[in-house]
Amino acid sequence: MNVSAYNFAYLDEQTKRMIRRAILKGLAIPGYQVPFASREMPMPYGWGTGGVQVSAAVLVPEDTFKVIDQGADDTTNAVSIRRFFEKTAGVAVTEDTARASVIQTRHRIPEMPLRSDQILVYQVPIPEPLRFLEPSEVETRKIHSLEEYGLMHVKLYEDISQHGAIATAYAYPVKVEGRYVMDPSPIPKFDNPKLTMDAIQLFGAGREQRIYALPPHTRVVSLDFEDFPFEASKADHACDLCGAGDSYLDELIVDDAGGRLFMCSDTDYCTTRRAAGHVGAQGVPAKEDVA
Amino acid sequence: MTPLLQVDAVSKFYGARIGCAEVSFDLYPGEVMGIVGESGSGKSTLLNCLAGHLQPDAGAVRFDTRAGGLRDTITMSEPERRMLGRTDWAFVHQHARDGLRMNVSAGGNVGERLMAVGARHYGEIRNTATDWLGRVEIAADRIDDRPSAFSGGMQQRLQIARNLVTGPRLVFMDEPTGGLDVSVQARLLDLMRGLVREMGLSAIIVTHDLAVVRLLADRLMVMKDGHVVETGLTDQVLDDPQHGYTQLLVSSVLQV
Repeated sequence: MNVSAYNFAYLDEQTKRMIRRAILKGLAIPGYQVPFASREMPMPYGWGTGGVQVSAAVLVPEDTFKVIDQGADDTTNAVSIRRFFEKTAGVAVTEDTARASVIQTRHRIPEMPLRSDQILVYQVPIPEPLRFLEPSEVETRKIHSLEEYGLMHVKLYEDISQHGAIATAYAYPVKVEGRYVMDPSPIPKFDNPKLTMDAIQLFGAGREQRIYALPPHTRVVSLDFEDFPFEASKADHACDLCGAGDSYLDELIVDDAGGRLFMCSDTDYCTTRRAAGHVGAQGVPAKEDVA
Repeated sequence: MTPLLQVDAVSKFYGARIGCAEVSFDLYPGEVMGIVGESGSGKSTLLNCLAGHLQPDAGAVRFDTRAGGLRDTITMSEPERRMLGRTDWAFVHQHARDGLRMNVSAGGNVGERLMAVGARHYGEIRNTATDWLGRVEIAADRIDDRPSAFSGGMQQRLQIARNLVTGPRLVFMDEPTGGLDVSVQARLLDLMRGLVREMGLSAIIVTHDLAVVRLLADRLMVMKDGHVVETGLTDQVLDDPQHGYTQLLVSSVLQV
């Protein structure tokens, strides 16, 4: 099919208008899940249909678009979504966090602090933080509207009683501006402190038909107990390729003998550092490293 | 003395059918009220109206709140009513499964109400939970087991612990001993009698088991077809029933 047969960024203007209204409402009530009429997208649910619709609604022709999946620019999901908008919107794409104006992400926040002229779009599988504790949607909505969030701590209590510490490592519940409890999408809890940032953050859940948002500088507090405070944890190691000690790491098994390698999950961050001459324990200088 | 709960002509209709009609009574602090009657006599409907689970069609239910004195719980706002529901009130269901979270450990079940009213210290929550499990005769090493691993009697005792942990002043019980065998019933009744006396609780107990009210209740209300047919002190009603239906009820109990 001819690419020009699509409207800019795939969705028709009325749909984008509807999604923008939901986004604006979400920004006006930080952390509140706004229902929206999610469209069928040309990809399966679970592949980021919510994030794609939000991106489509905020993209303008001058934008530079970046997609990351678990921090990486080069996974199937990231590549296919980036190509999708390259084709249907004709926007410039990049892997460089600093150059991107709209970044769609799955499961990570980039290591590099974002600026106020950037938008971060999250793909959300299950927007309701209470879902696995309270199956009824009617009841969870009531809990949100009446601020009866004791149940959220029951989950953390269960964690401590079973594991001796809060074992929730991703999708760690947060309280937004002292009001709504929100699921920050399955980002590692290492990223939770970064949720208070200069950029706009938009969350789209396609299958569940919910959009929510965090305006810049919103106060976001991770829930915890007084005697078991929140801790942003990561693997106790430095990146083996670029030597960074402050970034979130992936652990890879590299041979049959159990050899392992820790590397930054944010590929752009790692590449940039290596290009600047940083070398980790198992890394080779950037020029020779073609893989 | 102000009554803790003042029930004034409460009626609930299901279409043209009567759920309960024109029920009035006062419950004073420390008093245990029994409501007996056959199935379909409106006992549970009445209890649910009093506990705020059902909206009555007419009448008033006034509760002596800590802050504002006697307040009508039917016209008060929903957040206030739900707040009462997890602080000053407790509701013990007939089936423990309705009142427990089956996929949360015993400790979490007991702790939920504490966390719902703002407890945020894990150690303290756990100590309180352990203490309460002990008071309802559940061994402390079962604290991390899920209720699904408990027997029916233990589940029911856990449900009671979960409800009483925030020190409520009024407990609603819907057939608390239903579905338990007699020896377990006896232990549960013994336990409940102890807790009610020790904590000075007021309680409203709905049951069709006359032995339960004989043991627990100070006063008795007999219902039939949605109407209250007889009220009085428990021993008085059971030993000298006046209304025909009460006489039938009392004489229907098998003497072993």
